[in-house]
Amino acid sequence: MIEKHSRRGDLLLLLGFALVVAFAPTIFEPIGGGYPDLLQKFAIYGIFAVGFNILFGLTGYLSFGHAAFLGVGSYTAVWSFKLLTMNVLPALVLATVMGGLFALFIGFIALRRSGIYFSILTLAFAQMSYNLAYSVLTPITNGETGLQLTHGDPRVLDALFGVQHGDGLPSTDLFGMSMSGWSGYYFCGVVLFAMFYVSLRIFRSPFGMMLRAVKSNQNRMNYTGINTRPYTLAAFVISGMYAGLAGGLMAVTDPLAGAERMQWTASGEVVLMTILGGTGTLLGPVLGAGVIKYFENIFSAFNEATLMDVFSFLPETLQHGAVAITGLFVGEGWHLTLGALFMLIVIFLPGGLMEGVNRIKALFRGGLRRGEVRRPATMTG
Amino acid sequence: MAILTVRNVNKRFGGLKALDDVNLEVQPGTVHAIIGPNGAGKSTLLNCFVGRLEPDTGVVDFDGVSLLGMKPHEINQAGVSRVFQTPEIFGDLTLVENVMLPAFARRDGAFRINGWRPVLSETGIRELAMEMLRDVGLADHAQTVASQLSRGDKRRLELAMCLVQEPKLLLLDEPTAGMARADTNNTIDLLKVIAGRGITMVVIEHDMHVVFSLADRVSVLAQGTVIAEDVPERIKGNQKVQDAYLGGAHL
Repeated sequence: MIEKHSRRGDLLLLLGFALVVAFAPTIFEPIGGGYPDLLQKFAIYGIFAVGFNILFGLTGYLSFGHAAFLGVGSYTAVWSFKLLTMNVLPALVLATVMGGLFALFIGFIALRRSGIYFSILTLAFAQMSYNLAYSVLTPITNGETGLQLTHGDPRVLDALFGVQHGDGLPSTDLFGMSMSGWSGYYFCGVVLFAMFYVSLRIFRSPFGMMLRAVKSNQNRMNYTGINTRPYTLAAFVISGMYAGLAGGLMAVTDPLAGAERMQWTASGEVVLMTILGGTGTLLGPVLGAGVIKYFENIFSAFNEATLMDVFSFLPETLQHGAVAITGLFVGEGWHLTLGALFMLIVIFLPGGLMEGVNRIKALFRGGLRRGEVRRPATMTG
Repeated sequence: MAILTVRNVNKRFGGLKALDDVNLEVQPGTVHAIIGPNGAGKSTLLNCFVGRLEPDTGVVDFDGVSLLGMKPHEINQAGVSRVFQTPEIFGDLTLVENVMLPAFARRDGAFRINGWRPVLSETGIRELAMEMLRDVGLADHAQTVASQLSRGDKRRLELAMCLVQEPKLLLLDEPTAGMARADTNNTIDLLKVIAGRGITMVVIEHDMHVVFSLADRVSVLAQGTVIAEDVPERIKGNQKVQDAYLGGAHL
C-alpha cells in the first residue's frame, strides 16, 4: 500500500455514504429511528459537525462558539422566508454567506490567540451574540418569542412571480417540493452528502495538508515560508459557513429561529459530537452527531411504562428494581447515559468511535501487520 | 558581493548587552561557521537573521534586501531556510508530506487556498519530495509518520525540507547537538554533500570537529562581539581565540 488513502478507497467511502443516506429510512427502522424528523436532525447536525471538524479536527483550534453561526444561519433563513420567498434556495445561500461573514469577523479577532485563550474568546463572542439576540437586537431577532413567519410578511420574490400561499402560514418548499416529511429528509440528506464530499476534497487537498500541519507544528510552518493566520482564518470561515448552512436547514424544517440556538450548550454539543465520533476523521463527526441525536430523541422518550415492558420477563420484584435503576438513564435522565458513554469512549477509544471502527477493521484484516500502531486521526476515512 | 551582510548590530536584553557591534559578511557558496562559548550571543545573532528578534540598531542585509522588520515566513520566502537545534518537523505528517509542504510553500507562496485538487494529483511536487528523501537516505520511510523517526533521521528530514526549497542561504543552529557520534558523522557527511552543491550555509556550532570539517570561514563570538574571523586553520592558532574562548587550552 503506497498511500494510506487511495482514490478507490475514497470512492467506496462516498458510495457507502450515499447508500446510507438513501436507505436511511430502512436502515434506522429496526432501532426506532426510521422517521423523517429524526433523520433530518441527523443530517443537519451531521453538516454542523462535519464543518466544525474542518476547523477543530484539522487545525486543532477548539472553538466553543460555533452555535453563534448556527443561530445566525437560522435568523437569516427566516428573514429570507419573511422578506423574499418561501423557496429554500435563497434562504440557504444567504444563511451560508451570513454564517461565513460572522465567522470572518469573529475569527479575525479570536485567531490572534491560540489554545485555551482562543476557545474562551469564541465562547465569549457566542454568549455575547446570544445575549444581544435576547435584548438589544430584538427588532431583528424578536427576542424571547423568537423570529417567526406572519401573515403580513412581504415575500417580494413570491409576490413578483405570483406564487400563491394558502390561508394559513405558508410552508417552505423547493420549487413546489415540500420540505416536510420524506422529501424534507431527502433534501437535507443530499445537502449532507454534498457537504461531506466538499469536506473530503478539503481533507485530501494541499490546503487540508496545510491545516493539519498547523496543528502539528506552527513554528515550523512559519519558518517554512507559510503565513499560518490566513489558513486558520479560512478554516474558521469555512466551518462557520457549514454552521450557517446547518442553521438555515433548521429553519427550513421549522421556520422559527430562537436565541437559545446560540447558547453555549449548543456550542458544546458540536464539540461532543466531533470528539465522540473521532476528531480529524472524515466520518467521525457524522457518526457522533447521529449517536447524540439518537440518544436525545430515543432515550429521552423512554418512560416507566416502556421500561416495565422491557423488563416484563423478570419476576415482579426484580422488574421494579431494574426499572428503578435504568429509569435514571432514560427519559429526563438521558444526559446521564450520554455522559457515561462519552466517558467510556474518551477513556477506551481516545480516537472516538472511528478508532473503534478502525480497530475492528484491523481485526478482520488479521495479523498481517501486527504490532503496527494505527492512529486513525486524519489518515483514514 | 556578500550574500549576507551584518553591520554594527546591537541587541540589549535589559541590562545585558547580548550583541555588541557585530559585523559579519557571508560570501555566496561558502560555509560560514559562528562559534563561541555559551552565552556569547550566537543564537541571538541567528534569531536576528530569521525575524524572531529585531536588533536595536544595525543592518542585516540579505541579497541586497534588509531583513529587518520582516516576519519569519517572509524571510523564508526571500530564500532563507533554517534548521533548528531540536529538529522542527511535522510529527503527525508522513515523511513525504513533510517534504511536499515546503515545496508547496515555494511554489504557491505564503498563502493559497488549494482546496480542491487532491495532493495525490500533485505528481511534480511529489516526485521532487521523493528525490529529496532519496538524497538524505529516507526514501524507504516515505509513508512513515515523522514523529517515529530517531533524532538523527529527524535532522535528515529537516534538511530535506529545507533543501526542497532550494534556499539561497541555509541557517543551521547546532545541527549535531544531542546526537550520538555515528549520527553526528552521518550528518556532517550529508552537510558536506549539501555544501558541495554550492548552497551557502551559516552554521552555529559547539562541536569543533564539526566546525573544522565543514567551514570555509569561522567567526568567533565572545561576549557579544566578533573577536576573530578567519579560515579554520588560522583560527586554531589564533591566540586571542584561545584565550577568550578556550581559556588557554590548545585545540
